[in-house]
Amino acid sequence: MNIVATPYTPLFDIENLRKDFPILATKVHAKPLIYLDNGATAQKPKQVLDTIQNYYQISNANVHRGVHQLSQQATSLFDKARQTVQRHLNAAKQEEIIFTKGTTESLCLLAATFENTVIKKGDEIIISEMEHHSNIVPWQVLAEKVGAIIKVLPVNDAGEISIENFKKTINTKSKLLAITHVSNTLGSINPIQEMCNIAHQNNVLVVVDGAQAVPHMQVDVQQLDCDFYVYSGHKLFGPTGIGILYGKEILLNSLPPYQTGGGMIKTVSFAKTEYAELPQKFEAGTPNIEGAIGLASAIDYVNSIGFELIQRYEQDLLNYATAQLQVIERLKIIGTAQHKASVLSFVIEGLHPFDIGTILDQQGIAVRTGHHCTQPLMQRFGIPGTIRASFAFYNTFEEIDALTKGVNKAVKMLK
Amino acid sequence: MTIEETEREICEEFELFEDDWEGKYEHLIELGKKLPLIDANYKVAEKLIKGCQSQVWLHSENIDNKIRYSADSDAIITKGLVALLIRVLSNHTAEEIVQAKLSFIDTIGLKEHLSPTRSNGLLNMVKQMKLDALALTTNPNV
Repeated sequence: MNIVATPYTPLFDIENLRKDFPILATKVHAKPLIYLDNGATAQKPKQVLDTIQNYYQISNANVHRGVHQLSQQATSLFDKARQTVQRHLNAAKQEEIIFTKGTTESLCLLAATFENTVIKKGDEIIISEMEHHSNIVPWQVLAEKVGAIIKVLPVNDAGEISIENFKKTINTKSKLLAITHVSNTLGSINPIQEMCNIAHQNNVLVVVDGAQAVPHMQVDVQQLDCDFYVYSGHKLFGPTGIGILYGKEILLNSLPPYQTGGGMIKTVSFAKTEYAELPQKFEAGTPNIEGAIGLASAIDYVNSIGFELIQRYEQDLLNYATAQLQVIERLKIIGTAQHKASVLSFVIEGLHPFDIGTILDQQGIAVRTGHHCTQPLMQRFGIPGTIRASFAFYNTFEEIDALTKGVNKAVKMLK
Repeated sequence: MTIEETEREICEEFELFEDDWEGKYEHLIELGKKLPLIDANYKVAEKLIKGCQSQVWLHSENIDNKIRYSADSDAIITKGLVALLIRVLSNHTAEEIVQAKLSFIDTIGLKEHLSPTRSNGLLNMVKQMKLDALALTTNPNV
């Protein structure tokens, strides 16, 4: 099977790589699966699946609890997983890595613990028009609880935030910027390092939603100098139910606990209870051990390919898909920022995204349609939803050809 | 024709497309395009059935104790499914409507469109059709 009309030197052996992902050989509606919904969740390599299975077959025990061998083993694997995540983000200390359920829980944790600590009455929280609901609603709830104000950075027609606007929005009342690293709907990559710089000059803390960034690029939290960074394991080729909250040690130490109970205490008596140090302070109950270990395995897997290669390949996929789709009559791409990750949203004038998505599904092509949990963004663009194709390093140019053919077929059937 | 008879008729029409997804959806799209448009007066927020992706507006009337429906959607495939549901349920008594099991949807292989996990408003529309039928009838006898 040969690639493409244009001359292309393969960056890695994609055929072999795809064999690592058993689900990619599956059929849907009796047709080969063409999975282009990586923005929703990524597929898992068998290395991750094997790691999880091995854990239960050989090392399963509760962590931090026991003196017996199996418990030591499980604890060791769990601690090593945390160190893997720390190295992956280039966090200064492993205590700065908290395991959560996912991005949404990480953001809820921050919003809850910021109540009357970081954010008080009259303070301003800055978010953007392109945020996912999980980076909007927790802040709305917090603002309502304490009497804070939410300011929204607008997005231009290309799907970009303006630094000038950001500078104008910051004032003496601003305390927090909650911003996405990569937009799940538009693919826009925001200038996080620059925004953190400006924020810190104005005593504003920065929370970065990295859910859509970590699958596509190397993230260095010290270089970005963000105060908090969150992401979900399942979008990074790891299992569901596990997420990460990175926070600078000094900040995490200043926050009160979130969930309470076993696992996050030092001593308990009816007179007084003392909380544990980081990271356990924020990890109540038995953690998602398989999730943490599975995530670490996913990080190792992706590192074995290398983010530089992944980024270059995904940009090629994105450019190819953009070129193929934008010539389709009445098709408009939503999200044309100068710097984008491999996410492609589009609409077709006169046709509902649901109809297009349904016909694509019948052809074995998995994309997402709708508002993508970014309803304010849809309102801004005046559309009910988009069709979104989001690529990972195991997608191919042939799959993009199939997508193009599929969209053309859908348009023909629906006209 | 009873509700079951109409359902059987539809199943026979769709038998042609058993292994032909294209034909099936083309037919559904055609049905959707032919659906008589709901009176613009009724395409209002109160008549909107909430669905995540496509919107459905439903208007129900009681004419001589038989319920008549008209509806519209902003997605064509949804319109096709709406057309089928109206063909089956319209012009029947509330009792008949409430008891209708609508098994034809499964038979013609479009069950996924009516499942609760499917966020296109159709399942809610069927529920609303049954509720409206009851509400519009003074002696529902159910």
